[in-house]
Amino acid sequence: MKLEIKDMSCGYDKKIVLEKISFEMGTGDILCILGPNGVGKTTLFKTILGFLEIIDGKVLLDGEDISTWKRKDFAKAIGYVPQSHTPPFPYRVLDVVVMGRTAHLNAFSSPSKSDYAIAENILESLGISYLKDLIYTEISGGERQLILIARALTQEPKILIMDEPTSNLDYGNQVRVLKHIKKLAERDIGIIMTSHFPDHAFMASTKVLAINRGSKYTIGTPEEVVTSELLEDIYKIRVQIETVKDSISGEEIKVCVPIMHD
Amino acid sequence: MKDVTNTENKKSSNRLKFSILILVPIVAILFSITLGRYSISVKEVFEILIAKALGREIDYPKIVDTVIFQVRIPRILTAMLVGSALSVSGAVYQGMFRNPMVSPDILGTSAGAGFGASLAILFSFSTLGIQAMAFIFGLIAVTLTYLISTRVGKGGNVMYVFILAGILIGTVFQSFISLSKYVADPYDKLPAITFWLMGSLSTISQRDLLMILPPFILGLVPLIAIRWHLNTLSFGEEEAKALGINTGRIRLLAMVCTTLLTASAVSVSGMIGWVGLIIPHLARMIVGPNFKSLIPASILMGGTYLLIVDNVARSVASIEIPLGILTSLIGAPFFIYLLMNTKKGWT
Repeated sequence: MKLEIKDMSCGYDKKIVLEKISFEMGTGDILCILGPNGVGKTTLFKTILGFLEIIDGKVLLDGEDISTWKRKDFAKAIGYVPQSHTPPFPYRVLDVVVMGRTAHLNAFSSPSKSDYAIAENILESLGISYLKDLIYTEISGGERQLILIARALTQEPKILIMDEPTSNLDYGNQVRVLKHIKKLAERDIGIIMTSHFPDHAFMASTKVLAINRGSKYTIGTPEEVVTSELLEDIYKIRVQIETVKDSISGEEIKVCVPIMHD
Repeated sequence: MKDVTNTENKKSSNRLKFSILILVPIVAILFSITLGRYSISVKEVFEILIAKALGREIDYPKIVDTVIFQVRIPRILTAMLVGSALSVSGAVYQGMFRNPMVSPDILGTSAGAGFGASLAILFSFSTLGIQAMAFIFGLIAVTLTYLISTRVGKGGNVMYVFILAGILIGTVFQSFISLSKYVADPYDKLPAITFWLMGSLSTISQRDLLMILPPFILGLVPLIAIRWHLNTLSFGEEEAKALGINTGRIRLLAMVCTTLLTASAVSVSGMIGWVGLIIPHLARMIVGPNFKSLIPASILMGGTYLLIVDNVARSVASIEIPLGILTSLIGAPFFIYLLMNTKKGWT
């Protein structure tokens, strides 16, 4: 499946936040979006997901304009992992995960045994089955983030849109979530995610979209896009890019090192 | 394997809970039939009901027949329908608006429906007219509350904005009710409106029961059908959309159905507060927050609760105590208890 954004302008009401942006990605890609706060990353997501109306341009899914898609069919194609938050009611974790089946049910039915089985399999594949009978509002932020990923996977989409999947997570959980993301791409799911850490682009992405103020953007492979010049340009800090070697496998890993003194 | 037994346990414990939730109202109904100035024993009630059900002729005084079938059963069933209607509306509102603090009375629906009904009484409309007016103004009130809070609460703390907007709209409609009382004929219409507003089922007849049955069923059945999707809706507009729900359509359906239920309750029994707030909470404590069980539990518990309150209303003193007064007297302290003891789900 291919998602194309063509000359799209988006924003709230009539106020344009991002102007004439174009890119494309497909299943198997991990597109990491970088950019300073307030540059319109969330607006971009909300527009692709159809929460906000497109001001100009087009979003195409396999060549078809998304505005013609029904919510249900759209949900079967594109899943959304929001930033984790607390819902007003203390649902059981498995009940939250099985909500991912909504698009596969008709309006008057509730999930069957097989829907629950799909949800349990997804939890199993993410290695978090032990959470299933716990209360969603009582588990940690990192666990909630994983549950939201599980819920989106239960939806069985081709493309996943993840809004800062590593925010609110501790160091270990950040890396674990990124590992999961890489595994998903191997399962031929396309992923679009935002991050505040350019390192994440090196760790887990095949494409990077760097958005700067004034709707200037660059897209390409992490090596092409994430350079010290670009990072300095968009974040207004000095960053050095280094290559380190994994002491066990010898694999080369690129890292970003911010320079503290001016 | 341990997980499997855990899930199985959950299922059987749920079955046990629902068996109790069904058994309690049955016992309450039988007991309620015996209650009243004309004393009928449980044994007699049993015999008569079984004989009726089997179509067998047995010999008993005509007055017993009238008391049971013309007076007590219509009143019992009406009390239960009103309690169920308000409780289900409350549960649905809480999920739809993602807010455990809302109910038909807090969002102004009851006041709106109350004003519609007072107007209808003022203009001597028929029972159907009272229902229609209650529905129209109930819908206007809850829509206004919703519009105001989405406008004002953009990005902010919508939960409290919602309650404030509801209180605002409720107050406005309360003023309209006062106005309709002020202009009412003090010897005829004014007492009618006043007593009706305080909430009473003392004059309920078979006809009243039959009048609220259609809107009750019409409002309840779609809500039961879509109940599981209310879970998804309680995660908020955007997440529900991303999960594949046509949120506009389901919200409209839920709003119309809950208003129909609230309005039909208000049109027959006046304004009875707190039921729609408390029962969903109690039900959540027993069966959990999943709407799949929460809606049936709210129906059963709401019905039983109002039946018991109505029994108290008609038997504690030599005169009938208005229901609305009793539900507030029980409701307010109970709500404080809930506030202090519920840790889960209050964010």
